Amino acid sequence: MATRDRLAMTYLRVAALNELQYRVNFFLSIVQSLVAVGTALVVLALVFSHTDSLGGWSSDELLVVMGVYVLIGGVIRSIIQPNMQQLMEDVEEGTLDYVLTKPADAQLLVSIRRFGLWQAVDVLVGLLLVGIALIRLDTGVAVWSVLAFVLALVLGGLDVYCFWLLLTSSAFVLTRVNFLVELFDGMYQAGRWPVTIYPGWLRIGFTFLVPLAFAVTVPASALTGRLSGWLLLGAVVFTAVLFALTRYVWSRSLRRYSGASA
Amino acid sequence: MTVSAGRRRLTGLPGVYAVTMRTAVQIQFQYRAANYAYLLGMIAEPVIYLVVWSTVARSQGGDVDGITAGEFAAYYIVWTLVRNMNIVFTPYGWEERIRRGVLSGMLVRPVHPIHYDIAFFAGWKFVAILLWLPIAAVLTLIFRPTFDVNLLEAAVFLVAIWGAFLIRTMLLWLLGMVTFWTTRVSALYDLYFTAELLLSGRLLPLALMPAWAGTLADVLPFKYTFGYPIEVLATDLSTAELLTGLLIQAGWVLASTALMALVWRVAVRRYSAVGN
Repeated sequence: MATRDRLAMTYLRVAALNELQYRVNFFLSIVQSLVAVGTALVVLALVFSHTDSLGGWSSDELLVVMGVYVLIGGVIRSIIQPNMQQLMEDVEEGTLDYVLTKPADAQLLVSIRRFGLWQAVDVLVGLLLVGIALIRLDTGVAVWSVLAFVLALVLGGLDVYCFWLLLTSSAFVLTRVNFLVELFDGMYQAGRWPVTIYPGWLRIGFTFLVPLAFAVTVPASALTGRLSGWLLLGAVVFTAVLFALTRYVWSRSLRRYSGASA
Repeated sequence: MTVSAGRRRLTGLPGVYAVTMRTAVQIQFQYRAANYAYLLGMIAEPVIYLVVWSTVARSQGGDVDGITAGEFAAYYIVWTLVRNMNIVFTPYGWEERIRRGVLSGMLVRPVHPIHYDIAFFAGWKFVAILLWLPIAAVLTLIFRPTFDVNLLEAAVFLVAIWGAFLIRTMLLWLLGMVTFWTTRVSALYDLYFTAELLLSGRLLPLALMPAWAGTLADVLPFKYTFGYPIEVLATDLSTAELLTGLLIQAGWVLASTALMALVWRVAVRRYSAVGN
């Protein structure tokens, strides 16, 4: 375990150092982040100029949802998506050989090769939004809520990672799957709003197929006094099952990989 | 010029259009799975807006400023077709065109490069509309839109979606040509697309915007690439409104084309390709 942690840290450090070469991108990320958050706030204001609550959520509570959405979006864009896109490319071109010949767990290696340092700005912006929303709500947050929030965030991040790896594993069968990036980006936008507002069949899809409920709504629920212990337990069980399934699909898929010389 | 085997071929500019459009149709059919995934990813956006506004409508006792859930459904279903129509050559594509010298090949041809972009994307529309039909049917079954379309509205709509396509082609060409001067364009593009999102009717029907934003949208071209064609089919515009809209659209087509031609002449002088 200690070796694995050291390996992961080394990989991530090298990837981060790589990004440090392109410092101007930091400012571009900030501009991008500001424009995106500004737009989201305008949308919230427009919606709430016509109503006082959306599916039982007030505007400040929805700001918490927005913050978690931006935060998890930052995690996706800085670490999950770059790694999965690299994996898609390697499967298509046969360059996954270089990963498989290394004496370490292949799933770990393909998950930590890239790290978009500047995209991680969104993680901070998301936390800032959540903080502002909590101050405006002014209801006080219990320690256990914060702990539940952190746990739910970690679980949510893991769920998105598993979902992405499952999607990407289809590259072993379909070869060319870069369109999945567009598809996922489109779906992820739905996470801006609590999944409870979606009609039944969509809500089920956004809970279990695209795990938006666990990634965004559940952590936001923890901070707004909506999360029961049972739901949190459900999230733990779901994540465990999803992780095991992903591990199984990944190892099955690897057997189909035929390499660069094939 | 050529008359082969008794079949008259189109020559000159119409010929360029015919061939480019046919090629586009063939290419896009080859990638129909990717095209479908792209379409499905795109559908998420209007469905999200639709769900949000339907929820608001329900909590307000049935409508938002007079727009009912069924009318929102009509608006956002027509939205999906209009969005398909106004996908044009992306301004992000210019960096590649310049850096890799793709433009050199386009410059030695005897017609203005814009014709290829217009023709290629126009051809693609036929594939996109074909793939869009089943999606529209499913959305209609799920969200139960209320439509009340007469013949004039349908006719105006058919013209207006091509007007929207032309205006957006020109505007995004203008935006993309900034790349001739600087390659740090992403922040500028972000701002542009945000302004477009808010002031075009893409995000929400312009009727729901504050009055000052509605006035601003009236004098900008964005509305004529999104909101106007959607409203033609999804809402009840008067005959005068329908025709004035077409007239203003025609005005924007001319203005944006003239500006594009002007900027192109200056921009292309700055072009120096890396040969390969």
